[in-house]
Parts: sequence; structure tokens; C-alpha cells
Amino acid sequence: MPEAHATLEQVFREEYGRIIATLIRHAGSFDLAEEALNEAFVSAAASWERDGPPRNPGAWLTTVAHRKLLDAVRRDKTRAEKQSEIEYETSRLQPFAEPALLEEPVEYPDDRLRLIFTCCHPSLNREAQVALTLRTLGGLTTTEIAHAFLLPETTLAQRLVRAKQKIRLAGIPYEVPSLERLNDRLAAVQAVIYLIFNEGYSASSGESLVRNDLCAEAIRLGRVLCELLPNEPENLGLLALMLLQDSRRRARVNDRGELVTLEEQDRTLWDRKEIEEGVRLVERALALRRTGRYQLQAAIAAVHCEAETAAATDWRQIVALYERLLRMSSSPIVALNYAAAVAMSDGPETGLELIESAGARGRLDKYYLFHAARADLLRRLNRLREAQAAYEQALSLTTNQVEQNYIRKRLAETNRDSTAQS
Amino acid sequence: MKYMLLIYHEEQSWNAISEPERQQIYGEFRKLRSELQSSGHWVTGSQLQSIATATSVRVRDGKELITDGPFAETHEALGGYFLIEAANLDEATSIAARIPSARTGTIEVRPLVETAVEAVA
Repeated sequence: MPEAHATLEQVFREEYGRIIATLIRHAGSFDLAEEALNEAFVSAAASWERDGPPRNPGAWLTTVAHRKLLDAVRRDKTRAEKQSEIEYETSRLQPFAEPALLEEPVEYPDDRLRLIFTCCHPSLNREAQVALTLRTLGGLTTTEIAHAFLLPETTLAQRLVRAKQKIRLAGIPYEVPSLERLNDRLAAVQAVIYLIFNEGYSASSGESLVRNDLCAEAIRLGRVLCELLPNEPENLGLLALMLLQDSRRRARVNDRGELVTLEEQDRTLWDRKEIEEGVRLVERALALRRTGRYQLQAAIAAVHCEAETAAATDWRQIVALYERLLRMSSSPIVALNYAAAVAMSDGPETGLELIESAGARGRLDKYYLFHAARADLLRRLNRLREAQAAYEQALSLTTNQVEQNYIRKRLAETNRDSTAQS
Repeated sequence: MKYMLLIYHEEQSWNAISEPERQQIYGEFRKLRSELQSSGHWVTGSQLQSIATATSVRVRDGKELITDGPFAETHEALGGYFLIEAANLDEATSIAARIPSARTGTIEVRPLVETAVEAVA
């Protein structure tokens, strides 16, 4: 029955995070919860194939997974001969083991908020946070995550084992953080999601510039976060930012796999639906009147997306938004983008001055876009020799082949102009 | 769960502060200790003598080697410890943040191995 298979796959993607989150709360263990849910999916494959999918597949899986969990707990306890604890566990898990739930459209608790805060706990390193978030909340398999990050599967599997071990041994709580810590913790969650998006959007190595699966997954996680905490404007800002950047995905690389700058992109290739949703989200976020970095970056992306042509871009507004962003963030990368916007609004000379000061004291020496942006402005100012040197430096700093090809092309053009002039 | 809060600080700057300042910080330590005692988090704890008093012991091939000085010469040295009882890591780090030395040094939070099974593993 192909219907059963399709339902199972869909339920797996959509419900994995929600079901595992509840199981972890009951099991007190990521590993036990994962095993139980995997067993439930195996049961589902057989049973749905035979009888057709149930009316409420999510509840079916939750219930069966809870039974599997209960069995596992019983097995463990029997081995340890701790009869009283079996009874305790049995009574604790009983509500979920009711067979009556199987066909009822019950509401089951949403523990995903606990899960995401635990996965992104600051005592886990960033790599562990990313892997754990994708594995549990995203329901991606270890193989899928390893593939997306171009890592050997064993590396990723080990990373997950260590992260789960640390959660258990260090006593990282499975709960939503207290109010005084919530903002910091939420920022960490947002950072993890945006990092996943960026890894997909500008893959730092390999042949393809965009890895769509990671972008789509990050957007899905962003939606979950908005669903769970809808009145946090930065959650809306983050989702908007990702949608607006993603809307330009098809225009960013041409048929030959070459990078196309925002200025040169074919704007008819932009995804209108994503732009509309992104713009709506930015407006909703800004109306909550607690501005933040994601909202401002999304607002900047929205100004770009709303311009019919590159020439029609409202650079004044972009510069103004960057000025607000700079007040919140001392990041030299923001300063670099601000400088690039000023160059468009007030001319390359002013822009170059700002770029030089953003990169002062070698702060951006290792960042290829700093050299590439500097090179572009030097070229526009007809300072070709300096432009060549800057392009060459940019070239030495990126391992992404698409980015390398783009810089090579610019470098060749500059060399040609330089030869023509001499 | 039991957590060891290892207090690392710069001995030099600790030695450089004025006596009234030092007394004020000791006062803060005493206050925190009594708060943790009444909230049931306190197990034990103490300040340590300076690393100048440290001796390191190693046994290699059955031979005892005694050397002068701490295990590792680092910028921030172990200056004291709290052993506390806390529900989870978040509670432990909240308590660590209340230790006066957290403002100038670093508190390392380490869970204790508490079950016989894990002690073996």
C-alpha cells in the first residue's frame, strides 16, 4: 500500500521532533527515547501497510512509542531486579499506553520547547548543538546530517554520542530556562538555526554554493520556533531573514554554476511567495517594537527584494537600517556591509574609506568578502593594481569553488582593463 | 546531583588588593555559604593556601616522585572549592555565578561521579 509508506514518511518528517520531545521527558534519556521511537516506526511500517494508516498517525506513533519505552524500562529494571521501580515507571507511563488513544484525535503535549533549549544549551559546543538539533528536533538521520556537513558519518555519530553523554552526566536540565535566562538562551537557539541556514546557503567548502536541504531544514526549524514562541519578534525576524535570503536562491547561481551578485541577478527568478511571507513577517515583528539584529537584517533584505531593478534599490533606507544595526552590533562584518551600502548610496570613495576602517587592525584580514568588496571598490575607482592584489588575497581565503570562480572572473576582467590602459 | 565548583583566580591580583577589600570579599563568601547552608545546597568547601604551598606527587614504576609546585602552572590557579548539591546544571551554574570570584576569575563546574556503576565505566 503506497499510501501507507507516503503517510509514514510524511509523519516522520512532521512529527518526529514533537514525539521525541515528549518521549525524552518521560524516559529522561535521549537514547531510550530514540530507540523507542525507532521501534514504533518499524511497527508502523508493518501495521499501516497491512491495515492502512490510522486516522491520527501522530497519536498512533506516540502511543506505540510510549509502549515500547515502557517495555524497555521494564526490561532494564527486571535485569536490575528493581520491582518497585517497575511499578513506579508503569504508573508514570500508563496514560500514554491506553490503546483507546490509537484512533482518537487526541492532543498530546508539545515538549519541543524543552527539547530545543536542551539541544542548544550553552554548555554544549556549537557543533554539538547543531548536530543534536538536526537529529532530534529536525528528525534528520545521522547519515543525512553527515552528508549535509560533508563529514564522515562516524565523526557525526561520535559527536552525537558525546553530546548526549554530556547532557546525562552534567545534568543539563530538560526544561524551558527561567525567565532571567530566557533571552540569552533564545539567542543561542536562533544562532544555531541561522548557522544551519548559512551552512546551506553559502556552503563553506565543496562544489555547490547552496545546499538546499539545510536551508529548507533551517526554515522549518525557524517555523517551529515561531509556532512555539510567536511573540518573540526576533523569532519572526529570523524566519523572515531566512525566507528573504532563500527567495534569491535560484538567481544566485547561473546555469554554469557561477555566482551572480545581487546587482546582476535576474529578479524574475526570485521566489515571490517567500518574499511576500518574509515581508509580512518583518512587518509583524517590527510592530512588536523590540527591534533586534535579525529583524533589521530581514528589513534590509526586504528592501532589496522589493526593488524592481538593482538601480531602483532604496540605498538610503538600507544605509539607515545598517546604521541601526551597527548600534547593536560591533561586528566588523556588519561594518563591512554598511560600507558597501554607503558605497552604493554615496559613491565608492566614501565606501572605501569605511571599508578600510571596518578592516582596521587586521580584524577582517581572514575574511574573503572583505578583500573582495575592497577589490570591487578599488576597481570602480580605477585603482586597478590595488584591486588585483585585493582579489588575489580574496582568492586565497575561500575554499568554495563557486566563490573562487567568481573572483577569478573579476580578476581576469581587472587584468584586462589594466593591460588596456598601459 | 553533586557538583564541584572549582574556583580559579589570579593569585597575584588577589594578593594585590587592599585589606578592607579582601575583608569585604571574605564577608561575601561567608554570606553565600550561610545562604547555601540554609537552602540545602551546601555540602562543603574551603579556600586553599596559595600555589606557593603546593606539592605534586607522582608514582612511576613504583617510585614516588615528589616535586615542588602545582600540577600545572597556569595564569589562573585553583584557589578554593565548593561542593554543592543541585537539581541540575542550570541550578549549579546559578550558584557558581554567585561566588564573588566569578566576577574576576572563573568557576569550573564539574559533576561528581555518583554511582558505583559509573565510577567503574
